[in-house]
Amino acid sequence: MTRVASDFSTGVRDSLPLLLGIVPFALVAGVAAAEAGLSTAQALGMSVFVFAGASQLAALDLLGSNAPLAVVVLTAAIINLRMMMYSASIAPRFRSVTGRVRAVLAYFLTDQAFALTVARYDTDESGQRWYYVGASLALWTVWQVGTVVGVVVGAGVPQAWGLEFAVPLVFLALLVPTLKDHESLAAAVAAGVVAVAGAGLPFNLGLILAAIVGVGIGMLAESWR
Amino acid sequence: MTTAYGPLSIWVVIVAIGVITYAIRLSFIALFGRIDDIPPRVEQALTYVPAAVLAALVAPALVSIQPTLVGTLTADRLLAGLVAAAVAWRTENVFATIAVGMGTLWLLRFVVPLVG
Repeated sequence: MTRVASDFSTGVRDSLPLLLGIVPFALVAGVAAAEAGLSTAQALGMSVFVFAGASQLAALDLLGSNAPLAVVVLTAAIINLRMMMYSASIAPRFRSVTGRVRAVLAYFLTDQAFALTVARYDTDESGQRWYYVGASLALWTVWQVGTVVGVVVGAGVPQAWGLEFAVPLVFLALLVPTLKDHESLAAAVAAGVVAVAGAGLPFNLGLILAAIVGVGIGMLAESWR
Repeated sequence: MTTAYGPLSIWVVIVAIGVITYAIRLSFIALFGRIDDIPPRVEQALTYVPAAVLAALVAPALVSIQPTLVGTLTADRLLAGLVAAAVAWRTENVFATIAVGMGTLWLLRFVVPLVG
């Protein structure tokens, strides 16, 4: 096997355990799209264009409750801001390729591909890129297939089953591991309280307000340490 | 709930979120060599975005301060959410969290009323 093929397939192989977590997440994204009234094409379009699960679920939730479109877009953007950190951390590994290749690699940047790639030091820059591409393509394929399956399944499940509850459960599963220190916990508690208190605010602004207050409290807690 | 927005609005939202998200992903990858590091204050703020945003998304789905009607409707969600949170904490597994959370919700909704 050539070096490139070996690095690529190692990336695919290392992503397999993560795919177990991606499958239910993708299914929920499809179910949520169906529940919000999106067509299969729109659901798949969202997974292809956005390719960032948490923001997709939040956007679908807000679309379903007819929030203003600006609030939908802004909320999704805030959720995806974290990827700016990934972009900065991974950039040195992509420095020796052309701008066009960088532009393609950037599209595939996700929590999972980032976490896998930055943990890999035992190969050179090119090896790390092919590893990233392998892991990313596996994640991308499962995400798209899972979304479509979720739309089909979600459309057939009775309303009484409350399948939309799977959406906050996904957020919960993503939230808990982020609460690793007191500062993050303070940020989460503050954001949660503001979100509940602000649930009745016009234009679904409670969510954005809660995110801003939460981040502020987290930074404040850090400055007290 | 089904959206009242038409196909055009939905596609505009999808493309807008897609373009912004792509710009965020590309930002430092494209700028490398010109701007190499995020300013410390910005990086510090970004550290807390996941915890704050995810908590803001979860909390209103489990707890509501509106009394009576909505309160009783969401009681089963709160209980199921607390059980799911415990599972998420112990396992850090998305599938297990969804399975236990949904299972608890269905138990409270369909089985408990039959017994009680």
